[in-house]
Amino acid sequence: MNWWQHLLHRRKMEDQLEKELRFHLDQHASELIAHGHSPDEARRQSRLALGGPEQVKENCRDARGTRWLEDLLQDFRYAIRMLGKQPGFAAVALLTLTIGSGATTVMFTVVNGVLLRPLPYPEPDRLVAIHGRSDSWNTAVYGEQNVAYPDFLDCQRSSRTLAMAGFLYNGSIAGEPGDPEYADRREISSDLFSVLGVPIQRGRAFLPEEDRPGAAPVIILGHSFWRRRFATNPNALGQSLVLDDKSYAVVGIAPAGFQLDGQEPDVFTPLGQNTAGFLRNRRVHPIGVVARLHPATKLSEAQSELAVVGHQLAGQYPDSNAGRSFVAEPLRPEVGDVRSTLWLLLGAVGLVLLIACANVASLLLARAVSRERELAMRVALGASRGRLVRQCLTESAVLGLSGGVLGVLVASVGFRPFVQFWPGTLPRADEVQLDWRVLLFALTASLVSGLLFGLAPALRTPVRDVERTLRAGGRTLAGSSRCLHNSFVSSEIALAVVLLAAAGMLGRTLLRLSSLNPGLNIHNVLVTRMALSPAALAHPAGIRAAWQDVLDRGRRVPGVESIAAVDTFPMRQGENQLGYWNTPAVPPENQQPLALATSVTPDYLKVMGIPLLKGRFFDDHDRRGSDPVIVIDEVLAQQAFGTEEPVGKRLWIPEMSGPNWSEGNDSLRVVGVVGHVRHWGLARDDQAQVRAQFYYPFAQVPDSALRRWSELMSVAVRTSIPPLNAIEPLRHELRRATGGVGGDQALHEVRNLEQLASDSLARQRFLLLLFGIFAGLALLLACIGIYGVLAYLTGQRVPEIGVRMALGATARDVTRMVLRQSLGMIFVGVGVGILAALAVGRLLVHTVDGMQATELSTFVITIPVLIFAAMLASFGPARRASRIDPISALRQD
Amino acid sequence: MAEKSDLPQGTLDLLILKVVALGPVHGYAIAQRLEQVSRGVVQVPQGSLYPALHRLENRGLLAADWEETESEAKFYRLTRKGRTQLETEAASWQRLIDAVGLVLKLSEGGAE
Repeated sequence: MNWWQHLLHRRKMEDQLEKELRFHLDQHASELIAHGHSPDEARRQSRLALGGPEQVKENCRDARGTRWLEDLLQDFRYAIRMLGKQPGFAAVALLTLTIGSGATTVMFTVVNGVLLRPLPYPEPDRLVAIHGRSDSWNTAVYGEQNVAYPDFLDCQRSSRTLAMAGFLYNGSIAGEPGDPEYADRREISSDLFSVLGVPIQRGRAFLPEEDRPGAAPVIILGHSFWRRRFATNPNALGQSLVLDDKSYAVVGIAPAGFQLDGQEPDVFTPLGQNTAGFLRNRRVHPIGVVARLHPATKLSEAQSELAVVGHQLAGQYPDSNAGRSFVAEPLRPEVGDVRSTLWLLLGAVGLVLLIACANVASLLLARAVSRERELAMRVALGASRGRLVRQCLTESAVLGLSGGVLGVLVASVGFRPFVQFWPGTLPRADEVQLDWRVLLFALTASLVSGLLFGLAPALRTPVRDVERTLRAGGRTLAGSSRCLHNSFVSSEIALAVVLLAAAGMLGRTLLRLSSLNPGLNIHNVLVTRMALSPAALAHPAGIRAAWQDVLDRGRRVPGVESIAAVDTFPMRQGENQLGYWNTPAVPPENQQPLALATSVTPDYLKVMGIPLLKGRFFDDHDRRGSDPVIVIDEVLAQQAFGTEEPVGKRLWIPEMSGPNWSEGNDSLRVVGVVGHVRHWGLARDDQAQVRAQFYYPFAQVPDSALRRWSELMSVAVRTSIPPLNAIEPLRHELRRATGGVGGDQALHEVRNLEQLASDSLARQRFLLLLFGIFAGLALLLACIGIYGVLAYLTGQRVPEIGVRMALGATARDVTRMVLRQSLGMIFVGVGVGILAALAVGRLLVHTVDGMQATELSTFVITIPVLIFAAMLASFGPARRASRIDPISALRQD
Repeated sequence: MAEKSDLPQGTLDLLILKVVALGPVHGYAIAQRLEQVSRGVVQVPQGSLYPALHRLENRGLLAADWEETESEAKFYRLTRKGRTQLETEAASWQRLIDAVGLVLKLSEGGAE
């Protein structure tokens, strides 16, 4: 029989055991009778020979090997009965645990979805990303580098270990004139879908022969775009779609939710059909590369193979590839700085769970003390200590598991609002769902917490002095137990202090950051990306004329005060970092200091409200052919020239001093100094690696770079009316503005600068809110804990207090005595908590931008709140103690 | 009556297997047979007989059937696994006895 059969037939087996032993006794007895003993004597002797039947039965049960399981079931039933008998205790304990485990499970669900779940492709562990590296590129500062298209083709051709695919970010105007829409486009190599292992939902992927210059233009639609533009009409296959004035035949539709690098593109076109010059240049590295390891090859083999290819290319094309190499790394989801935020929150919520555990532990302990007599009785009846410990642990495990189940229920409804509440968009939000990992986590967490809060009461099970316990009648309270109670309350308070101090730090940081001067006037400014008509992009003069037209028309829109074009603007991702030097003897690339370069039109200062400190800003006379000029901010002025007068000085900027950029000039003249702008957002700017800024006129961008620049430009508008009201008139007017054909250019990514500035603090605000909630929960739980423990302790001391009052103690003395006891616990907790909070504060400074080290004032504000709440919680029990009637107290028991 | 010996550790299982190997038999009869066959030298404490039987049954060395005699009794029989076990254990017991016997036969003077 299996162990589970044993369990199923437990009743039957007991009967059989009974029958078997009875048969033995009967046989023995009848034999003895046959030898001349009297029946009574025979029965007595046969029983003596066998030994105590119950003991034999116990040994037989042990021999079955399912003993532990039977005990477990028995304990389990007993635990549930005990909980049912004390509904008040059960409710408080379960509520506490549900709060702790629910909050923790919600956080873990999010952490799991965003950070832990593998990428949504088949066999994700065989996927790798390939990056370029070069000697002059500091990956730690700039991030990973992409790969040049010719280099990608060479790697793809020569690799025996990897199937590679490349993709290029691009944006396009989709649709006919009059109804243009901005479409997020990826140009991809033909095998991208097969490398990722994702089947096309309808139609087909690109063929290799379509991935070449001159092949027939074909397009694959993203699922969302298909839904938006074609209303999921399957007839979209075979139709044509106009993209940047070129007609593409739709051959496939990507599956729903298909993402590349964390985004869902609108359309895909073959990369090989793009004939742009920068794709033939090994010095330009625009291609993102993903690859799948062939079966039975290892990542290390692929890496050494790529190293060989990189070495060969460096020998073959020393001009562009010297010092360049390629590395393969496991493909990971792109989640940015969400990682640290999420772990931080999980840690905070873990503290709440710990407090909940301490709370339940002290409740259980109080109960264990009152159950001391029951347990002593069991010991007296022969239960072993191990058995009693096991029983106590089963009881707490039952509590923990029920809390865990309730926590999972809370999480199953709670994580969705949480994800929606996340500031901005949470990367991989679709992946956040309850799965086996979450359930396993909740199970483990609840079992571990059950063990945590069950251990102390379990270890209290009596071993010695059983008869003293039995005689004392549960009136005394051993000193060690009071100590344990105190330490639970103290640790709850310490944990609450940590959370309160963290919330306080975040609050102060947020206050400080919001009051910072961003360096510009963020009110009434709209910024929007602008895609020019594809027709206008054909030649440089057309591009310049088109931008001029955009600005002229925009200025005429009612409500628009001033308008400017700019390539990168503050508080939004995207910047251009260039090395500079203040003498002609420019050091090598990796030793140059860096500054943020921004290309603007003359009205930019007016639009942004940036103060001009010295000299002048640009005007219409700064154009191609005139002396190349820049305007620097005060930070760059300080870094490059110290206390010297910067206006009139020159800066050497290699990227902008090439022969085709500045027409023979090797340097740029500084014509003015403006105020510093918090480009990296209110919070991050102070800690940013590159803060110095300079501006250069868009009009002086050389013809060769003009098309690329034009794709990057945004329009910034200062309005005299609420900015959002100006969007529609502006959109309407600019759609018509052109350098040639009308009606096919679009505004996209319209933003309000005020909103961007506020968003740059969203993370801090969100953290503050959550830490505030956690701290509130912690405070509440700690107060419940204090109340419960004090009520219990004073309840135990009723006879003692009765004696004191009979001897002349007043009600006030008694109140004071109880409060003194709770103050002791509180102060120990606060002391430990402050030390822990200092350590946690350091962690926060490392993970949250703009945080400053813990200050005394944080504690000065938060700790009195906590002490006040804790004293309030102790007041109830203290009052009750002071009202004890000495006569009845002394008669009790 | 001969002097009684305590059973060496682990031999009870071997003896039970041997007795049961002679044919299906119930618990009381096993106790009786052990005592008779060993001429009273081996006396099995009856209290430990049943746990041992149950343990052997649980390990799959014995199987049991309920049979009607004058009243219902549980008869144990040897399984195939039990028979193999009995053979190996008996063999190793024999080896042990031989070895112990050899050592004891050594004359006091050591090598002659």
